Amino acid sequence: MARAVSTRRKLVVTVVAWTVGLLIFFPILWTALTSFKTEAEAIASPPSFLAFDWTLANYAEVQSRSDYFRHFLNSVIISVGSTLIGLLVAVPAAWSMAFVPGRRTKDVLMWMLSTKMLPPVGVLIPIYLLFRDAGLLDSRIGLVIVLTLINLPIIVWMLFTYFREIPAEILEAARMDGADFKSEILHVLLPMAVPGIASTLLLNVILAWNEAFWTLNLSASQSAPLTAFIAGYSSPEGLFYAKLSAASTMAVAPILILGWFSQKQLVRGLTFGAVK
Amino acid sequence: MATAHSRAAARLTMAPAVVLLLGWMLIPLSMTLYFSFQRYNLLMPGDEAWIGFLNYEYFLTDPAFFAALWNTLLLVGGVLVITIAGGTALALLLDQPFWGRGVVRLLVIAPFFVMPTVSALVWKNMFMNPVNGLFASLAKGLGLPPVDFLAQIPLASIIVIVAWQWLPFATLILLTALQSLDSERLEAAEMDGAGPLDRFIHIILPHLARAMTVVTLIQTIFLLSVFAEILVTTNGGPGTATTNITFLVYAQSLLQFDVGGGSAGGIVAVILANLVAIFLMRMIGRNLDI
Repeated sequence: MARAVSTRRKLVVTVVAWTVGLLIFFPILWTALTSFKTEAEAIASPPSFLAFDWTLANYAEVQSRSDYFRHFLNSVIISVGSTLIGLLVAVPAAWSMAFVPGRRTKDVLMWMLSTKMLPPVGVLIPIYLLFRDAGLLDSRIGLVIVLTLINLPIIVWMLFTYFREIPAEILEAARMDGADFKSEILHVLLPMAVPGIASTLLLNVILAWNEAFWTLNLSASQSAPLTAFIAGYSSPEGLFYAKLSAASTMAVAPILILGWFSQKQLVRGLTFGAVK
Repeated sequence: MATAHSRAAARLTMAPAVVLLLGWMLIPLSMTLYFSFQRYNLLMPGDEAWIGFLNYEYFLTDPAFFAALWNTLLLVGGVLVITIAGGTALALLLDQPFWGRGVVRLLVIAPFFVMPTVSALVWKNMFMNPVNGLFASLAKGLGLPPVDFLAQIPLASIIVIVAWQWLPFATLILLTALQSLDSERLEAAEMDGAGPLDRFIHIILPHLARAMTVVTLIQTIFLLSVFAEILVTTNGGPGTATTNITFLVYAQSLLQFDVGGGSAGGIVAVILANLVAIFLMRMIGRNLDI
């Protein structure tokens, strides 16, 4: 705005905005606080906000009782693994779509997108049966395969929108200078594309980390990532608020921090370029 | 200019992605289609037979299907209304200058990064539990009787949980769209004496229409498949009060082992999702100039 905003108005907006922001964030804050309470304090009424005996016991107990770290590792392997394989397949495809578009490129892109619109229950039974027969149920490899495939369209699309912003003249110039196909990709395209690839990687790790249809249906004790591990707290016998909070805080914190870094890419990645 | 060489190379580089997605889509989807015409229950092996449209007949005339269809519509519609209205209000708020804007923005988008099972369980236990939940403490402090949210108003409770998760997405996209609005137009309107409401209805709202449509379509695609939030809070109940189409198909196939019936339900879900997808694809396609 061109004219100066009055300080008074700015003060009012500041108070309103912080109140609303803290209210929306409150469940996350409350979970983090509860994770440092004892189980008795966690269900105390009236609840105490900060004046309680802070303890790290829940974190230690979640690990010793249920081998938390293994599930954490499963989440890392599944989300990072599926994203890396996805990138390996998608980078060449997005490259050619952005720089050598043919008559059918748009159709191929739109068709890839349409696979993302397929509701998972439409293919749940065949995937379940195929995985059962192939011995892939409750395996990390199985989950990596499925998550690679469900996120591949988003990876291709995001890379495509980034690659399209790289001026094609630079590639022409490199070709004039005698660069062959391989060095064109390695020495010209990749350095310019690294920011886009990094953003795509970040967003897809987040999406895969939080994916909770396939991870819940295809994993049991062995390969369960954190989504499925935390779902185990839904049974009444397993109901311990402080431990649930500790497990949740550890599951959410790393991805929340990554998410804060990727907020710009989120819009681009999830709207398929329809809003920039 | 693309040469014949680079064109061939281009097709080759696309091949792995295309083949993988083709396999992912065609093989399981045709299997689902095939199963949907079969009598096929995992508990009765050897009993498989071609039964035509009987599975569809059973699925579509099951009272649970109508309940699930209705619940799906309420869930998707309820979350859309909350997130779009709330997201617009939040976007307008965050677009104002104030102290700590960057931090508040981070606070507002945070719920989007919380995994569905965590947000559902945190809301269920620490907020909505009628004995130990924070809402119960609050009600007690005010002298009101506590509400057993997930038993008394189960679907509304799930709508609130899911809306909390998706509000950041709507806010972020509407805020992005709002920031592309030419501020001179707003100032000109203000000079001409247009009040805040006039400016909102005649300038801001039309400008946001496109982004709102995109939010609606994308969220609908994801909201049709809400699953984890239902599984860990109510398991579809009480009765079928919170069973949506996705959960119904899951229950039929993986809990009752009715592959045929579940597959028919899966195909119905695909058709429903496609009704929305067509509009979304058209919007995205229009925006894509190659």
